[in-house]
Amino acid sequence: MTKTENVAAATKAIIKKQGNSKSALIAVLQDIQETFNYLPKDALKTASKTMNVPLSRVYEAATFYSAFSLKPRGKNIVKICKGTACHVRGAAALQDRFESTLCIKPGETTPDRMFSLETVNCVGACALGPVVVINTDYHGQVTINKVDKIIDKIKKEGA
Amino acid sequence: MKETQAHQIEKDLKLNYGPNKKFITVCAGTGCRAYGSLKVKEALEAELAKQNMQVDVLATGCLGFCEKGPMIVIHPDKYFYHSVKVEDVPEIVSKTIAKGEVISKLLYRDPDTKKTLFREEDLPFYKKQLRVVFGKNGMLEPTRIEDYLAIDGYQALGKVLSEMTPDDVINEVKKAGLRGRGGGGFPAAVKWEGVRRAHGDPKYVIANGDEGDPGAYMDRSLMEGNPHSVIEGMIIGAYTVGSNEGYIYVRNEYPLAVTHLTLAIEAAKKMGLLGKNILGTDFSFDIHISKGAGAFVCGESSALFASIEGRAGEPRAKYVHAVEKGLWDKPTVLNNVETWANVPLIINKGADWYASIGTEGSKGTKIFSLVGKINNTGLVEVPMGTTLYEIIYDMGGGIPGGRKFKAVQTGGPSGGCIP
Repeated sequence: MTKTENVAAATKAIIKKQGNSKSALIAVLQDIQETFNYLPKDALKTASKTMNVPLSRVYEAATFYSAFSLKPRGKNIVKICKGTACHVRGAAALQDRFESTLCIKPGETTPDRMFSLETVNCVGACALGPVVVINTDYHGQVTINKVDKIIDKIKKEGA
Repeated sequence: MKETQAHQIEKDLKLNYGPNKKFITVCAGTGCRAYGSLKVKEALEAELAKQNMQVDVLATGCLGFCEKGPMIVIHPDKYFYHSVKVEDVPEIVSKTIAKGEVISKLLYRDPDTKKTLFREEDLPFYKKQLRVVFGKNGMLEPTRIEDYLAIDGYQALGKVLSEMTPDDVINEVKKAGLRGRGGGGFPAAVKWEGVRRAHGDPKYVIANGDEGDPGAYMDRSLMEGNPHSVIEGMIIGAYTVGSNEGYIYVRNEYPLAVTHLTLAIEAAKKMGLLGKNILGTDFSFDIHISKGAGAFVCGESSALFASIEGRAGEPRAKYVHAVEKGLWDKPTVLNNVETWANVPLIINKGADWYASIGTEGSKGTKIFSLVGKINNTGLVEVPMGTTLYEIIYDMGGGIPGGRKFKAVQTGGPSGGCIP
């Protein structure tokens, strides 16, 4: 199978699982993103055709929600919380440090596809602020000095 | 028949969880998890096995005092240990569990009086709180429906289905004076009455768990820590307004809440508390979980409906209220997670009891998130009418470093700053 066919087949399987009703669109997009780590163009086309939703509608939903990405993302996703509680405890300085260490801005991915940097509005772990969520791990009370250590540890584990 | 089955389980459990039973609860809210509480739990279990002791270890929902995680409580003495590390575990087991001796370095020391405090309720953080909704988190493992049944869970539902008409429920909730906990403060009973009377079929019941306001995580801790209380409230609401289908809309950033709610729904269905012919009656109700995808605005009702319907969550003008035309343009009750969690309490303890808490216009308690530059960060539940001073200084322990108080933001970024 070609890559396009692969994506199409996986998308169809997801739709089958979530049900073919129009209301399942968000859930389908979430599953696609979970499978491929982003929303491939071919998956959106397949979803549009199979679910009988205009492609413009699919695109609207895919671009409206900040959890969706149309670009391939890195193996490790770093989410910096920018909620008020984290902000007053230095989230902005933390973001600067991550940007300079990884040499990318929020929404971007490192060339080796190891890391993507994202900001989120609040992860609801405010007592731990400032919080950084890497994949599914919550790092609380992160300081600028800890940033490089965290990144190095992940790099080592990945190598 | 199903009811008797549930009752039997409850009786067995009461025996298991009697007042003298020895067990340990470990806070496993998101905050304590980040501090490594699950590793502490594993270590406790391993150490207990090593020392040949049969003591249950429960991973409970959030206890609120997130500043001092990981926290553990040792029952029946209720010794409260905070900032527990894996290295402390062997000593905890050999001293406190085996001999009942306390380990003073793990106890909380009041920074003002310098006194060492033994129990949770002695701490200034907890002392002035009234944790009728939130406090149950510490008594149960959220993934086990049996634990919820053991603290009278689903009793309210049983009472409603066997003794009360929908009008009775509305009157009770009205008398209790329950108002929406999402921020609007709209009287819940009036909303329910509107949907009950509205024309249109089917009708929907929704719990709003799209807690997007930065700094707030009260609903998160309820969905994660006591999912059945939300579900029970929703089932009672559905019976009252005549709905057979409901949704819990949870934001994308709360994966643990989704997991616990999903397990809770499955468990409730298995026991006949949810699904077809609930507790053997004609009433049927099912709940789906709808996951958000990172859009702050979806906490607004019309945007939330659009999101559940599979579209971009853009609010629309509300010429017609959701009570008449909500989800799929059908009559819909949309209440906040915390509002739903209050409902079983009102039914169980009665409207008069509930109305005795709070102020003239606002009854009951409210959970607040206390975060930012404050000494004791965490979640507090207080009677309506509690002053900000009490919350910030008595429970919150004031400003770090003895600094001067500058301002407090209430109600999230869309609220305001005082002064």
